[in-house]
Amino acid sequence: MAHLDAGTSKIAWPSNALTSVPYRVYTDTDEYAREIERIFKGPTWNYLCLAVEIAEPGDYVVSSIGETPVVVARSLDGGIHAFVNRCAHRGALLCLNRRGHGKDITCVYHGWSYDLTGNLTGVAFQRGVQRQGGMPPEFKREDHNLRKLKVVEFCGLIFGSFADNPPDFQSYLGPEISSRIARVMHKPLKVLGRTTQVLPNNWKLYFENVKDTYHASILHTFFTTFEINRLNQRGGVVVDEGGGNHASYTIMDRSLDSTDYKQQEIRSSKDDYRLADPSMLEGVDEFGDGVTLQILTVFPGLVVQQIQNSLAVRQLLPRGVDRCELVWTILGFADDDDAMTEHRLKQANLVGPAGYISMEDGCVGGFVQRAVRGIEEDNGVLMMGGGDASSQTYRATESSVRGFWKKYRALMGV
Amino acid sequence: MDEATRRRVEALLARYVDIVDQDRLEEWPDLFVENCRYRVTSALDYRDNLPHGVIYAVSKGMLRDRVSALREANVYEAQRYRHIVGPIWIEDDSEFVVRARSNFLVIRTMHTGEMLLFASGAYFDKIDVSTDPCRFIERIVVTDSDKIDTLLAIPL
Repeated sequence: MAHLDAGTSKIAWPSNALTSVPYRVYTDTDEYAREIERIFKGPTWNYLCLAVEIAEPGDYVVSSIGETPVVVARSLDGGIHAFVNRCAHRGALLCLNRRGHGKDITCVYHGWSYDLTGNLTGVAFQRGVQRQGGMPPEFKREDHNLRKLKVVEFCGLIFGSFADNPPDFQSYLGPEISSRIARVMHKPLKVLGRTTQVLPNNWKLYFENVKDTYHASILHTFFTTFEINRLNQRGGVVVDEGGGNHASYTIMDRSLDSTDYKQQEIRSSKDDYRLADPSMLEGVDEFGDGVTLQILTVFPGLVVQQIQNSLAVRQLLPRGVDRCELVWTILGFADDDDAMTEHRLKQANLVGPAGYISMEDGCVGGFVQRAVRGIEEDNGVLMMGGGDASSQTYRATESSVRGFWKKYRALMGV
Repeated sequence: MDEATRRRVEALLARYVDIVDQDRLEEWPDLFVENCRYRVTSALDYRDNLPHGVIYAVSKGMLRDRVSALREANVYEAQRYRHIVGPIWIEDDSEFVVRARSNFLVIRTMHTGEMLLFASGAYFDKIDVSTDPCRFIERIVVTDSDKIDTLLAIPL
């Protein structure tokens, strides 16, 4: 497959430094088209779905890479396959439902059918009707398979790549990101629910936001308003070598007694702003390492979330230059008992479109999108915590946001 | 069920809409019994019996916390809802409990004047009619779409 470079970028970057980002990257439709080619269809690994969502041979789901619909299927021999959800004949959508089960998939338009590895297995009227019409002798079914993607499964997460020679997956993640995914996704998962948030902004604004550890305690005031004491927590941020993946975390300081910690967490000093039902924050240190929060991203669009016992994956999908969708899958483990599931469901109030500590992330990208409109010649600033994209043991930094731009600029050649 | 009970159930549903749409959210938790359940979910999750709620409250205290967070902590642009609720189907569940189902549309208007058909769906209610006024034991809000524009601040 020929690699399309989709033209040369017309956006002027102030310098090679990672501390300055032209606002035009959020509004320019040509640049958006280049991103689709060079990032989403480029040498990247894109999260598609969970292995548990295609648990049985014959199961398939429809996902996306960029704006392109992709079918992820478990073939009858148990293998995982991904292909563009587009008939090889006239380009019609193949799967019309979000999920399905069967041994093949047939296009409604002209009845071409494919097995779950994406190979064309049947063409309606291939030999014509009553010896009339039909495909010419040079037509070979094997020349008309679905457009297939490379796939990899890691810790129950399935990723796909359009690249013919995608990067080695473990190198793509980096050892620290890999081990931090494995830390959370360490046993069979169970889906507790799904929701999709439609965001009124360019996809990059959300991905920057979720990597941005600087804003968290400023924009999201839930914990401080209710005076839920978190001073005994320390944290930091890990950025992989390429810059595109990160993990930010907070961890309980073991030097403080855990009973004190628990009491502090659910009590506040002022009666006015006390939770009427603090059971929402009750939970257990289920990973046994004192890490109370870990937000992890894999370039270009996956978030793996552990906020106390609230677990989720979020898939970020671009939907035009000024819109994106955030697909939330709320998770527990298959062996959770009812009490554990209830902890997770209660704590899920913290996240999602109505989340106490995340609803603001739904609108803040739109604030940027609206404010840069028509005045895109200026640049945003990313100087918190220095100028590089290194791992840091504090969170008053924009290191992981700079990491995003490091990866982005390398792939985009800008 | 007698006509008086039906009228009390209708009054509860009307009052709910009035309180939410008139931004009198402080009164919202009092429409529920102490050990209540309030959940906002999608038709797909509801069909698949997935327990998660975009909002998930299992006590009146959690409803109060939702309101105080909206008032004191969360950041979102000024907006209001207009609920349009259709006819109510009511059936007896037990001597003091009825089940009710009704359809709704919610139009969201932002302070900028932008309007959106924000949600459509159905309320699945379990109502304690032993008191006057009667109260929700459970209100499951099932939205037809599983997509939510920008954020869900005010309860549906």
